[in-house]
Amino acid sequence: MIPSIPQSRAFQKTYTVYVCLFFMFLLAPLVVVAVFSMNDSVFPSLPWEGFTLDWYFADNKERRGLFHDGAIQESIITSLMIALFVAILSVTLAITNALLFERYDFRGKQFLYSLMLLPLVIPGVILGISILSFSSGIANTIEDSYGLDLEFLRPGLPLIVLGQFVFISTMATLVISARLRKLDTAMEEAALNLGASRFEVFTTITLPWLKPAVIGSAVVAFLMSFENFNTTLILAGSDSPLTITLFDRMREGSTPVLNAVSTLLMAGSGALALVSIFIQRK
Amino acid sequence: MTFDLECRNVFKHFGSFQAVNDISLEIPAGFFFSILGPSGCGKTTLLRMLAGFSEPDQGEILIKGKKMAGIPANKRPVNMVFQHLALFPMMNVGENIAYGLKRNRVPKPQRDKKVADVLERIGLPGIEKKSVNQLSGGQKQRVAIARCLVLEPDVLLLDEPLGALDLKLREQMKVELKKLQKAFGTTFIYITHDQSEAMVMSDQVAVMNHGRFEQVGSPQSLYYEPKTSFVAGFVGNNNRVAGIVESIVGETAIIRSNAGQQFKTAFPKIDLKAGDAVDLFIRPEAIHIRRDQSVTSENHINGQVENILFDGGNSQILVKDIDSSQELSVSLPQTREFNDLVAGDRVSLSWDMQQSNIFLSNKKRES
Amino acid sequence: MTGRKLSFYLLLMPLLLTLTLLILLPQLDMLGISMRERVSYGVYEFSLLHYREFFTEPLYWNTFLRTAVMSILATALTLLISFPVAWYIAKIAQGKNKNLMFLACLIPFWVSELVRTYGWMILLRESGVVSGFLQWIGVVDAPVEMLYNDITVMTGLVYASMLFMVVPLVSTLEGMDDSLVEAAYDLGGNHFTVLRTVIIPYAVPGIVSGCIVVFMLTLGNYLTPTLLGGKDSLWFTEQIFTQFITRFNWEQGAAFGVLLLCLSSLIVWLGLKLSKQSFKQALASET
Repeated sequence: MIPSIPQSRAFQKTYTVYVCLFFMFLLAPLVVVAVFSMNDSVFPSLPWEGFTLDWYFADNKERRGLFHDGAIQESIITSLMIALFVAILSVTLAITNALLFERYDFRGKQFLYSLMLLPLVIPGVILGISILSFSSGIANTIEDSYGLDLEFLRPGLPLIVLGQFVFISTMATLVISARLRKLDTAMEEAALNLGASRFEVFTTITLPWLKPAVIGSAVVAFLMSFENFNTTLILAGSDSPLTITLFDRMREGSTPVLNAVSTLLMAGSGALALVSIFIQRK
Repeated sequence: MTFDLECRNVFKHFGSFQAVNDISLEIPAGFFFSILGPSGCGKTTLLRMLAGFSEPDQGEILIKGKKMAGIPANKRPVNMVFQHLALFPMMNVGENIAYGLKRNRVPKPQRDKKVADVLERIGLPGIEKKSVNQLSGGQKQRVAIARCLVLEPDVLLLDEPLGALDLKLREQMKVELKKLQKAFGTTFIYITHDQSEAMVMSDQVAVMNHGRFEQVGSPQSLYYEPKTSFVAGFVGNNNRVAGIVESIVGETAIIRSNAGQQFKTAFPKIDLKAGDAVDLFIRPEAIHIRRDQSVTSENHINGQVENILFDGGNSQILVKDIDSSQELSVSLPQTREFNDLVAGDRVSLSWDMQQSNIFLSNKKRES
Repeated sequence: MTGRKLSFYLLLMPLLLTLTLLILLPQLDMLGISMRERVSYGVYEFSLLHYREFFTEPLYWNTFLRTAVMSILATALTLLISFPVAWYIAKIAQGKNKNLMFLACLIPFWVSELVRTYGWMILLRESGVVSGFLQWIGVVDAPVEMLYNDITVMTGLVYASMLFMVVPLVSTLEGMDDSLVEAAYDLGGNHFTVLRTVIIPYAVPGIVSGCIVVFMLTLGNYLTPTLLGGKDSLWFTEQIFTQFITRFNWEQGAAFGVLLLCLSSLIVWLGLKLSKQSFKQALASET
């Protein structure tokens, strides 16, 4: 209960312990992953054989560290590219959606808004298979009738980008709309009143106001894309993004290199999180 | 003669709601003109049409003799100070003030000079680099006004900008605004629901109700010669007594109040006949109060003090007529004479019949 | 005002394109595929064969029911575990601590689901940390395998969902004025009645929005059941993946997809009806 309501010490103690246990539960798997990336053993498990950075930097027959593992590096680059495209596309659509829903009234607005929210309640697998079957259908039809094989409609990077874009753009729309809602329309009217054209109002008032939300949702979109698995697995073609590569390796059997990649990922996301928090504070 | 601002039979409705109903007005250059009315009376709608944020259904708006129909908000020679000021939070003071100049492609050196000048004139020199959030409430007001005045508009519209301030600051800003208007000589159109703001600052006040102007005139004429019972009730404090005309003797009407009292009143400029239902208005500050109950005058009540509403110089007492139990509020003179007055004391009230106002009662128009 | 009209259509177009090309048409297409049968190469016929298959093959509908029940259970557990924590963050923790705790709750979001699941594997496997710890303190004397059972899968599911419950709960509870609780005590309530009659009703929007998102994520989860539950984890999304990727039986996979979508819509709809919330409200409080 809130601090101003008296309650027994035993209850308070138990409550605090519970919350501490919760956070241990939250952090335990992550800590374990990071720690075992530095275990001097070929398996990421006990016993502790001593500290080593081999799984990051080594390059020999028995041990090939993360920074010499070409397949993993390639898939990191693939993932980065996908994430970049998804972030740009999602934020762009989110801005136009936010303007549409917050600044215009039209018939069917509520209906359209609900449709826009739909991807949040469709499981990722289903988004993936529906887009796959739809695009393959088109590709097959075109191939049968015109003999053209449209590569981008087959599983591969463009489809992954589209599949992730569907639900990530919804998330970004929610974030950016929430920010736009907080902009008093009087601000835009004041700018208009001071002689700005509609376009100038957008570039000098609306966009600067949205900036923190745009950066924030771009970062989150980037991460969601980078980490996505379900939709990506269905739509992936020959060059697999990082999550797919890691998953395949994990099924073959775990090695400390996987821990090393995971740790690197955590460090990367952590850095990104800090940067976005820093920018949004300013 | 061309007026700075002219409205000719302007109408505006939203659905079945007639927000602005046949408004005409003419404002000469350099006037401080207020539109006073309760919330929902249509004053904001009118102001937004002047600014160009919406178009009238009918009628026309002219600024300096030029028709404004079809001219968008960003091309009109009027500027507006918004209710919550709408200072841009992502820009500093200088950028806020320069915003309009920049949109008009005024080159930077001139811009900087104009900004510095206007800040000087509003008494806040050298604060260009300050962030908007660092300013006090009163400074924000002045910056918002400077942001408009730097563009030298023909007319400045002000949408209750003092509403958000606390009482002390509001009193200060009233004086400040009046001074600024004098100094710049710009025509101000000020809308408010606060009668004291309108009265203190304006050359002319239009009292607005249900989309219409009830009366347009100087603050004095609104106070002393209200033309409708709405104005009498809205401007200043007033006791309202409902009654019926009993008889008319020359220029004097004898009113029988619903509670049974008899009052005399003068009735310039309205048609009255015996039997009309009327509302009589008597200002609390127009009522004499005496402890001595033997004095009589043309309008006289012996009463008992029900309650003392002490508020320093604005103190009032509620007095109940012993015969009819009608209550009247009366201003309490601060001459020490009544300092020991307590509830239950007997007092005698009287007022001059020229000091009361009478209107045919129109229940429908009152709400 | 024609400029305004034009910009309206320009803003409307990207949304309409996305909705039709990436959501509506693909979903309809999936429905179409699920209701056809391949007669010979490139020749299809309308048929409900793949739905019949689902209802006649016990493995399929058992998996389906199991997934539904486990998802509901996981959602309930997540709510139970998260509520006290959300309350602590929203009402008890102060200042820096509060921000820190809130950020800590977000950590799992910043780390890939794959990495988190991998962490659990390292913790719980036979040669894992927990097993080693139990041996060290002497509770057991041989390594124990804790992977590949339902309790582990449930742990993993709850873990993966926690953040999506805590965040909406914290933001709803933060909006609650402390004086509501104080007033309730002042008027004679005790801990339990105040929780039941004041706090929980107030938190309903957050609870509903958290539950919807958690349920959807759990139902559609693939990694956790596969990696922590092993081959026999029997999760419905696995069936879909198997049909699509391993067996290339898209028709069957699409039918499963449609069924899963119906199930999730049904349960979300029921949840909204029972709590009297609207879909829009529920998802709006997510951000």
